[in-house]
Amino acid sequence: MSSKVNGDLEQKELKVTSTKWMELKNRIGRGWFRFRKNPISLVGGGMVLLVIILAVFAPYVTPFPTHAGKVTNFEKIFQPPGKEHWFGTDEVGRDVFSRVIFGYRISLLMALVVLGISVPFGVALGLIAGYVGGIVETIIMRITDVFLSLPALVMALAIGAAFTPTIGKAMLAVSAIWWTWHCRLVHSLTRSIKTEDFVLASQICGDSPLRIIFKDILPNCASAILVKITLDAGFVILVGAGLSFLGLGVQPPKPGLGTMIAYGAAHLPTQWWLTVFPSLAIFFLIFGFNLLGDGLRDMLDVEGEGI
Amino acid sequence: MKFTDYLLGRLFYSIFVLIGLSILIFVIARMLPGDPARLALGPFASGVQVAKLRHEMGMDKPIYLQYVDYIKGVLKGDMGKSFQTRRNVALDIQHFLPATLELVGISIIWVIIIGIPFGLLAGRYKDSWFDNVSRLVAFIGVAIPPFVAGLLGQLIFSYGLGILPTTGRLSLLTVPPPERTGFYLIDSLLAGNLETFWDAFVHILLPSFSVALIGIGQITRITRSSVSDVLSKDYIQFCKTLGIPNRLITFKYMLRPSFTAPLTIIGLTFASELGNAFLVEQVFGWPGMAKYGIRAILRKDFNAVMGVVMVIGLAFVIVNLIVDLVSGFIDPRIRLKESSNE
Repeated sequence: MSSKVNGDLEQKELKVTSTKWMELKNRIGRGWFRFRKNPISLVGGGMVLLVIILAVFAPYVTPFPTHAGKVTNFEKIFQPPGKEHWFGTDEVGRDVFSRVIFGYRISLLMALVVLGISVPFGVALGLIAGYVGGIVETIIMRITDVFLSLPALVMALAIGAAFTPTIGKAMLAVSAIWWTWHCRLVHSLTRSIKTEDFVLASQICGDSPLRIIFKDILPNCASAILVKITLDAGFVILVGAGLSFLGLGVQPPKPGLGTMIAYGAAHLPTQWWLTVFPSLAIFFLIFGFNLLGDGLRDMLDVEGEGI
Repeated sequence: MKFTDYLLGRLFYSIFVLIGLSILIFVIARMLPGDPARLALGPFASGVQVAKLRHEMGMDKPIYLQYVDYIKGVLKGDMGKSFQTRRNVALDIQHFLPATLELVGISIIWVIIIGIPFGLLAGRYKDSWFDNVSRLVAFIGVAIPPFVAGLLGQLIFSYGLGILPTTGRLSLLTVPPPERTGFYLIDSLLAGNLETFWDAFVHILLPSFSVALIGIGQITRITRSSVSDVLSKDYIQFCKTLGIPNRLITFKYMLRPSFTAPLTIIGLTFASELGNAFLVEQVFGWPGMAKYGIRAILRKDFNAVMGVVMVIGLAFVIVNLIVDLVSGFIDPRIRLKESSNE
């Protein structure tokens, strides 16, 4: 008897998971359908994808992969853009096109590392603050207020000042402030989701807070977090380029886009290509991420603080 | 609870934020590698001298006592000495702050007089060609880093067309106006010197636009969505059914509620523009506080970093208080909501 009941239960659970799978598949299908309908997100996604592919395969797609490092070629300094060097060459004769593509690697890595560190941290704190409430909420949210009382770049500068400037330290400094945005977003979402009936139902069933947070609340924040991450990627890259431009990020001879622009600016206006091409490259990537994020926001129809 | 109580609460809260910020930066700055006393005395000072200076600077005390000493000094207007300029940081900031405030102030004006009308029109005539163009422009504006905007602007307008200067607040030969406010635009007008005013204006155009670009894009988009939100409200539909002319609906019933959202964002815009100034001042050799701050950070000039950060935090807090106040005036719902919440 009891084994039969167990069997039934198992079957039921199996069924539940399979319908869940179906539902997920359907949701992805619907999402993709709406995504395809939105030309803005398609264009943005295409731009981002192109940059990612170029960056990942940088050693194979660039004409002079060695030029990303300490290479000098004094016979060919300051060559204007032409057939051999599409974006010209710099003050020691390195190919600017190759360096820009390798620069994309650093920018994308920056976005990946910063968001990889700060999003889980911020989301976790936001969930705790929003769900637990009381003194815990007050403490967490007041700390985010302190972090947000300075512009992101200035805060990163102030934190970065404590270290010798390298790209790794810059990533850490930006991560140290970035979690606050996600904490705020998830906090406000959690607070509103917490009062929904299905959360109440779980509470009545005696589910543990942890289970409620992960099963009921987090999935309902997911699309907002996803949109925020996409929009943030462009912003993180912008802040990172700013830090590099000021000399607190990527150090030469590494090809950071911001660093290249800073060094190129000294050669304006005659060697304009040293500034213009890295600038356009950075704009292209940020523009792509913004279009993609905006399209995703319309597609997933999310709203929230800071989106 | 009255609105004034609400504002008082905000004021206390702002002070809390400033204290938190000062502790955070103080602790970070104290972690700076390198001994400030050693840095101040140079490599040839003996260990005894360094120890003596450390004692004079109070650096042999525990960190929380050092913090208390620092705050005591700040309240008296003494922010400690800067290693680079060998002056009190308060004096330095007094000297460099007006240039930055002028830059950010003018760029906020651009944000308001360009972003808001564009957003209003785009939202009012949603999905028209104007809406589409302004959205595209806003998108592009948001994706251009301020230093890129500055450099490309220099390339086009200064080197290419030769109509705008590249660096500084004034031409080399122009005598700065007699200092009253420190803002060249205002000082030159007060002195009745239109030529200097024009020179200062031409010099601030490119930098202020570079600072403003992202903000213009953001405000345009937020105003647009705010307007289209308001226009989809029932009461607007009701006005239309009553046969009230469109013009009247736009100006009497649509405008005011549309302003709340952009207004609250202006506070944030101001903060991010102070950040942008750090990049743009570097591009244009603008002798402001941001440039001073960068130098302080690169040379690990602790008191100066601390001073600059606190001034920016203070500016941020003040602007947000003003925004709270003004949005409460414009939108009674905020007043009532905040009052009933507490």
